[in-house]
Amino acid sequence: MSQQLNADALSYSRRIIDALRLDPVLLSLLLILASFGSLMLYSASGADMASVVRQGTRIVVAFMLMVAIANVPLRVLRKFSIWLYLGGVAMLIAVMFFGEVGKGAQRWLNLGFIRFQPSEILKLAVPMIVATYLANRVLPIGLRELLVSAVLVAIPVLLIARQPDLGTSILVGSAGFFVLFLAGVRWRVMISLGVILSMMAPLLWKFALHDYQRTRILTLLNPESDPLGSGYHIIQSKIAIGSGGIYGKGWLNGTQSQLDFIPERSTDFIFSVFGEEFGFFGSVVLLLLYLAIIFRGLYIAAHATENFGRLLAGALSLTFFVYLFVNTGMVAGMLPVVGVPLPLISYGGTSMVTLMMGFGLIMSIRSAKRFLV
Amino acid sequence: MSKREQLKDDYLENRLIRRRLVLAAVFTVLLLSLVVGRLYVLQVVEHEHFSTLSDSNRVRIKALPPTRGLIFDRHGVVMADNLPAYRLEIVREQVNDLDATLLQLRQYVDVSEQDLKRFKQSLRRRRPFESIPLRLNLDDEEVARLAVNLHQFEGVEINARLTRNYPNGEHAVHALGYVGRIDERDLGRVSEVDYAGTTHIGKLGLERFYEKQLHGEVGIQQVEVNAKGRTLRVLSETPPLQGNNLHLTIDSRLQKVAEEAFAGQTGAAVAIDPNNGEILALVSMPIFDPNLFVNGISFANYHALRDSHRRPLFNRALSGQYPPGSTTKPFYGLLGLESAVSRNEQRIFCIGYYKLPNEERRYRDWKKQGHGHMDLNGAITQSCDVYFYDLAYRLGIDRMAEFMAKFGFGVKTGVDSTGERNGIMPSREWKRGHDGMPWFPGETLITGIGQGAMLVTPLQLANSTAAFSRKGVRYQPHLVQSIEMITEKSRIDTESQVVGRYPLQREKNWQHVHDAMVNVVHGLRGTAHYSIGRDIEYKVAGKTGTAQVFEIAQDAEYEEENVIEKLRDHALFISYAPADDPRIAVAVIVENGGHGSSVAAPIARQIMDAYLLEES
Repeated sequence: MSQQLNADALSYSRRIIDALRLDPVLLSLLLILASFGSLMLYSASGADMASVVRQGTRIVVAFMLMVAIANVPLRVLRKFSIWLYLGGVAMLIAVMFFGEVGKGAQRWLNLGFIRFQPSEILKLAVPMIVATYLANRVLPIGLRELLVSAVLVAIPVLLIARQPDLGTSILVGSAGFFVLFLAGVRWRVMISLGVILSMMAPLLWKFALHDYQRTRILTLLNPESDPLGSGYHIIQSKIAIGSGGIYGKGWLNGTQSQLDFIPERSTDFIFSVFGEEFGFFGSVVLLLLYLAIIFRGLYIAAHATENFGRLLAGALSLTFFVYLFVNTGMVAGMLPVVGVPLPLISYGGTSMVTLMMGFGLIMSIRSAKRFLV
Repeated sequence: MSKREQLKDDYLENRLIRRRLVLAAVFTVLLLSLVVGRLYVLQVVEHEHFSTLSDSNRVRIKALPPTRGLIFDRHGVVMADNLPAYRLEIVREQVNDLDATLLQLRQYVDVSEQDLKRFKQSLRRRRPFESIPLRLNLDDEEVARLAVNLHQFEGVEINARLTRNYPNGEHAVHALGYVGRIDERDLGRVSEVDYAGTTHIGKLGLERFYEKQLHGEVGIQQVEVNAKGRTLRVLSETPPLQGNNLHLTIDSRLQKVAEEAFAGQTGAAVAIDPNNGEILALVSMPIFDPNLFVNGISFANYHALRDSHRRPLFNRALSGQYPPGSTTKPFYGLLGLESAVSRNEQRIFCIGYYKLPNEERRYRDWKKQGHGHMDLNGAITQSCDVYFYDLAYRLGIDRMAEFMAKFGFGVKTGVDSTGERNGIMPSREWKRGHDGMPWFPGETLITGIGQGAMLVTPLQLANSTAAFSRKGVRYQPHLVQSIEMITEKSRIDTESQVVGRYPLQREKNWQHVHDAMVNVVHGLRGTAHYSIGRDIEYKVAGKTGTAQVFEIAQDAEYEEENVIEKLRDHALFISYAPADDPRIAVAVIVENGGHGSSVAAPIARQIMDAYLLEES
C-alpha cells in the first residue's frame, strides 16, 4: 500500500519534472551538489547559519532561473543570442568607463536597482553566439568561420582580461573555444595555433599579464619563496588538504579552516576545507559527482537534434569542467591562483546564477528534441 | 560558399561532434585524474608531513611565568611581595610595521632608549607570538591614554602582571638585594626553558642567592590559536608552581632602627644572634630604593647612585673591607693568656710609644703621654696600644694568624647572600704571596692593634664577636631562617651550624677578657663609658676601635679637624649583650667617623636597646 503510494508520489513528481521540461538526472545531481555545497559552506563559514541561508536563497533563485530558461524554446534562445552578445559587449565597454571598482578590478556595473558583472553574461553569450554562427555552417568549419568565431570570442575575452579578471576571461575564452573544438576545427589548425601561442607566451608574460598575475604564477612554482605573502594561500591550502588524510578530520573539525588559516575559505578556497574535513575519499566522491554532471551534459549534447544544441550543450558542460579543474587545481597547488570559484559550492551568487542558467540552456536543448520529433 | 552548403550532411556532422564530445570526455577524465593524483600525493603519501604542519600551525606553547616567592622578616613582616603592574607589551607577529608602531606609541607614553634596547634584546630571544614588554610599570595616566588609543594598534597590549615590589622601599635593601630585568648575562646562569615567560631575576643579595627557591617553576599551556595568533582555547595546561617564600632572620624593626641610627653617616652594622648565627640586622649605609631597579632604572637615577662619592650601591656589610683597629685587642688579649705568653695581672709600663729592640722607629700609642702601668684589663678598657705592641711582639705573627683564623678572620663567613669578601688576616705566608716580601717584625706590632694589612668585613667582625661571646663557638651566619614550600605546604628550617670551635685552655682566660670588655662600657675609664655606658640598663661587653685610613708621618700629629673627611679615621665598635648571656652581637663601622667610642658605639647601643629592651 505504502509502496504503491510511494510509486504514485514518484510518478507524480516525475510528471512535474517533465512538465517543467527538466532533465531528472541532471536535476538530481545538481540538487545533491547544492546540498553538499550548503553543508560545506556551513562549515567553511564557521558554522554561520546566516550565510548558509543567504546562499540557500541564491540557490533557490538560481534554480528558478534555470527552470525558466529550460522552458524557453531553443529557437527563441538562438535568436536572442545575438542581442545577448551585443548587449553584453556593450556593457563590458560601459564597465570600462563607468564600472565600479571592487578588489582592485573594475568589474561591476551599477544599474541603480541591480549591481552585477557584465562579464558573467558573456559566459553564456559567447558560446551561444558562436554556436548560433556555426550551427548552419558546414562542419568541420573552414578557416573563414574560424576567424569570424575567433573575433567573436576575442573581443569580450580581451575586454574582461583588461578589467582585470583573468579567471572570467579564461572561462569565457574556453567556452568559445569549446564550441569551435566541437565544431571540428581541424587538428592542423589547432596545433599550429598552439605553437603560435606558445611562441607568443614570453610576449604575453611581459605585456599581457599584470604584475600580480605574474607573481601568482611564480608563487605556484615556489610557494615557499614568499610564505607570508602570495605563497600563503597555497601553503595553507596544501596543509589543509594534506592534513585531511584519507578520511578527513570530519565535518566542522578542520583545524586549518575553522581556525582561519585558509584565506577565502568559503569562496575560492572552499575545496581545501572539503579536502581537510572529508579527506581523499570525500574529495574523490565530490569529483565523481562533478564528473557525472559533466557527462550528463555531454550526453545531452550528443543526443541533441541540431548542431546549435549539440555545440552549445557540449561547450557549456566543458566550461563547467574548466571551472572545476581550474579551481581544484589551484587549491591543490597545481595551477596559479586565479579567481575561479568551485561551481555551485563556493559562496557567492554571481557565478551560481550564470551556471544554473547554463544548465537551464542545457535542459532546454534536451527538451527541444521532443518538440521536433 | 554554396558548394560547401550543399555538402552539409547532418549525419556526418553529428558523428564529428560526437567524436569530439567523446574526445573531450576522455580529456576531462584525464585531467581530473591529474587532480585526483595530486590529492593522493597530498592526502595519502604526504599526509604525515602536512598533519605535522597543521598541528604546528594551530598549537602553540605558552609559558606561564611562576609567581615569585615572598620574603618576610623574622616576625612575618613582608619585605618583598608582588604587585600587579601594567605593562605595555607587543606581539611582534601581529605588528606589521614595528618601527612605525613604536614611533606612534611614543606619542602616548615615554619609552626611553634603554627600554627600547631591552625590548629589542627580548625580541631576539622570544618565542613565536610571545608578548614582549616595551614599558613596565605604567602609571594610571599612561594606562588611560593608551587604553583609549589601543584600537589603532594591532598586536599592542596592556597587561597587568605581577611585579616585584619592596614595600619598605630602601629599608634593608642591602640585605635583600633586588630583582631586575633578565639580560644576556643572566641567561648564562639559568636555563632558558625554566625562564620562558619570566622577565625578572634576582640580581643581588638574597634575591640572587635564593633565586632558585624564589623563582618557582614555569608552567606550560598548550593553546590553540587562529591564523591571527589569537588564543581560542586551552588544550592542556601545567600550571606554574609558585616560588618558595623566605622567612628571614632579619628583624625589620631592628633593621630600621639600625639604619636610622646612622643618621646619614656612611658605614655598616651587622647584628647577629650569637646562639645560632642568625643575622638580626644587616645594614650598609647609605641605602637606596630597590624598586628603582625592578622596572629598569633610568640612566639619570643610575648614574646618580653609581657616581655618588658615598657609593650607596656598595654593600659595605659584606663587601666592605676595613682595618679592624683596636677591636682586635680582646682576641689578642685572649690569645696571650691562652698561650701563656702573658698573665692577666702582668703589667707593662706604657710611655706613649713602643720600640723594637735594635730599632729606632717608635710605634706610637694613641695617647701621646702614655697610659702608665697597664695590665690586660686596663689595656683593653683604655685601649692601650703599647700593651698590645708588646704582646704581639712576644706572640709572633704565626701564632696570631693561626688564632685569628679560628675566629673567622680572613675567610668568608659563607653567608647566604652575594658579594661577600674575604678580608685579610696577614701572615708570613700571605705576605709572600701578596708582594713576595718577607715578614717584618714591625708588621707584627701594627697587626697587634688591628692596623697594617689586616682587613675585615663588618659581617666578619660581627660574627667573630659573636663567636667570642660564645667562648669560641662560631656559627654560620645566615639570613634565612626557613624556606616555606608553598606547593608542598612544608617548611624547611635553616639549621644553625657550628662552623668553628676554639677550644679554650682555661675558661678563666676568656672570663678575664670578657670582664675587660664589660669594663669598656661600664668601667669609669672605659673608652665607651662616657658615650654609651653611663645610663645603660643591661650589661654590655664591647670594644671600641679607630682605624687609620692613612698613615701619619712619624713626627706628625693627627688632628681630626685638619683632615678632610675622606681621610678621617673609621670608627668601629663591637659588642655583645646581655654580657652574661649574650643574645645579640653587634659590629658597627662608621666610615671616616673619627672615634669608635663617640660615633660607632652609640649606633651599636641603639641596636642593642631596640633588640633587648623593646623586643615584643
